[in-house]
Amino acid sequence: MAPVSLEKINKVYENGFHAVKDLSVNIADGEFMVLVGPSGCGKTTALRMVAGLEDITSGILRIGGKEANDETPKQRDIAMVFQNYALYPHMTVAANIGFALKLRKLPKAELDAKVKEAAEILGLTDWLDRKPGQLSGGQRQRVAMGRAIVREPSVFLMDEPLSNLDAKLRVQMRAEVQRIQRRIGVSTIYVTHDQVEAMTMGDRVTVLREGVLQQVDTPQVLYDNPDNIFVAAFIGSPSMNLYDATLGTDARSLKLGSQEVDLPESVLVARPALRGYTGKKVVVGLRPEHLPAESDNATGPKLVGEVELIEALGSEQVVHFTIDANRVLAEGAVDKDEAATVKHGEGVARIGAKVPVKVGDKLTFAVSIEDMKFFDESTGLAIRT
Amino acid sequence: MRNRKRVGWHRYINGVNLAVLITVLFILIPLYWLIASSFRSPNSFGTATLNPAPLSGGNYSNAFVAYDFGIYFRNSLIVSIAATALVLILGTLAGYALGRLPMRGKFPTLVILLMISVFPEVAVIAPLYLLMRNLHLLNSYPALIIPYTAFFLPFAIWILRNYFLGIPKEMEETGRIDGASPLRTVWTIVLPQALPGLFTAGIFTFTACWTEFLMALTFNSSNNYRTIPVGIAEFGGNFNVPYGTIFAASVVAVVPIGILVFIFRKFVISGLTSGAVKG
Repeated sequence: MAPVSLEKINKVYENGFHAVKDLSVNIADGEFMVLVGPSGCGKTTALRMVAGLEDITSGILRIGGKEANDETPKQRDIAMVFQNYALYPHMTVAANIGFALKLRKLPKAELDAKVKEAAEILGLTDWLDRKPGQLSGGQRQRVAMGRAIVREPSVFLMDEPLSNLDAKLRVQMRAEVQRIQRRIGVSTIYVTHDQVEAMTMGDRVTVLREGVLQQVDTPQVLYDNPDNIFVAAFIGSPSMNLYDATLGTDARSLKLGSQEVDLPESVLVARPALRGYTGKKVVVGLRPEHLPAESDNATGPKLVGEVELIEALGSEQVVHFTIDANRVLAEGAVDKDEAATVKHGEGVARIGAKVPVKVGDKLTFAVSIEDMKFFDESTGLAIRT
Repeated sequence: MRNRKRVGWHRYINGVNLAVLITVLFILIPLYWLIASSFRSPNSFGTATLNPAPLSGGNYSNAFVAYDFGIYFRNSLIVSIAATALVLILGTLAGYALGRLPMRGKFPTLVILLMISVFPEVAVIAPLYLLMRNLHLLNSYPALIIPYTAFFLPFAIWILRNYFLGIPKEMEETGRIDGASPLRTVWTIVLPQALPGLFTAGIFTFTACWTEFLMALTFNSSNNYRTIPVGIAEFGGNFNVPYGTIFAASVVAVVPIGILVFIFRKFVISGLTSGAVKG
């Protein structure tokens, strides 16, 4: 068990590709830290540098307070779970789990006891004599976990360990991985591209984009107070509605396409910096749940959208609408195929299940104005103070 | 539907089965002929026959007693096993390096290897002969072991490299994290998974060495170092061709390869296909 700290870590590959740029993150002892970002954002590279499978170009990596840049993976005392599990197909489950201990020349009795204990934690006791080829995807995943926990390492590293599982199993294993991590209390770095996994599993979440750190915080803070447009768009599903807008000259109204939304004084009090943007363009963000239908007894400035598609989920309706304002797509936050299908001015709202609505309707939303986010149009940074 | 299940006698007698039968017979009849003729009495005249009765082992004893076939068999075993072992050891190391380790000029190396593996022996036999003579290696085991290793190594490297490429890199990385040394990683993690590839490369090399004729004839002409193919070819003299003995010797020569392939057939098949798909 050990804290891990990355100080201005850089990775430049031989071909000149700068994969990780000045990454500084601290992972507390026993903390579950998730590294998340779109594919190619450098999260796996960062993890592999912590593991010692990849050289660190510059910066300092400390594990347990000790500089670890030049240590071998073995010396770092880490355990890693790979996306494809990397189980040894020619060894039994027991041999797979016990391999690292065998290399340490642990006495046979002690080794067997530890393997058995790990198997019990993971519910693999009945499968110890099988080969990985005879196991299901979920069981293989658990063997990979077992191989990691049996070593009692100071740090767990996991590289998208659940992405090979089907959706239902993934949800189960999400809870399972968390349970095991809490039980053992080992600092964990968990890499995923799935923001839902990041939100549900992490004590804290590090968001990366093109090798650059975007924000590190608890899932709730990331959701409520994203530092920039990228984090705002990346975290949350369905993602935040982001539109180009123009702030009125008195900063008391907002022009969204052809519609005007009144801004109450309280919005400006909470964000004094907004006064500097009077008459200028800003990007505004609204989570789908902050756009209830007017008829839900909700109060707030009105916004009218044309309904394009309705997904009735039983407890609520997810309404896809369009307005005539320009929709902002944070580059990289949404994958390209998905971005290509987003219509001009398209947005998503969650409204009550009982609201009568059909495709083609003009629906009036009551904007939950206090929850609206403002971003600088050129820098993409949040306007908060 | 064309693929409907065949019923009644159609299940056994149909076009597909007939084609298979003809193909198998086409291959097996010469082999049967060879075996049958080898068991004829050494004194029976004429060439081959399909009915060897009365059976006799005379040809076999002739081959071993009168014609030194035992020496040839021993020579072939020594040369083939030594060359195969060398090819596998070097091929594993080279294949692993070309498949896994970061190094410059991988692609040109692989292309050159491929070119060497299809190079006709005849083209280099004369210079090789001079080389061997200058090295005083003519009529010795190394005279064959060295060129066999050189000629059959490229193909083995290709097979093994493709095999190593098919093993996920993460396995080796897990090994590293678990604290295994590189050699330990190759030995306990990589090689067990590459066994089919090793068997395939091994059997191909062994067969190639076992049946090689031209170099064996050129470099090792003395009776003490002759291998089976050359030995059999030189049975008899100017006025007599002892077909029966030749047949018997040929049968014995086929046996080791038959056994090898029979034991390792499963591996050879999977080795060939996986190389084909993943290469």
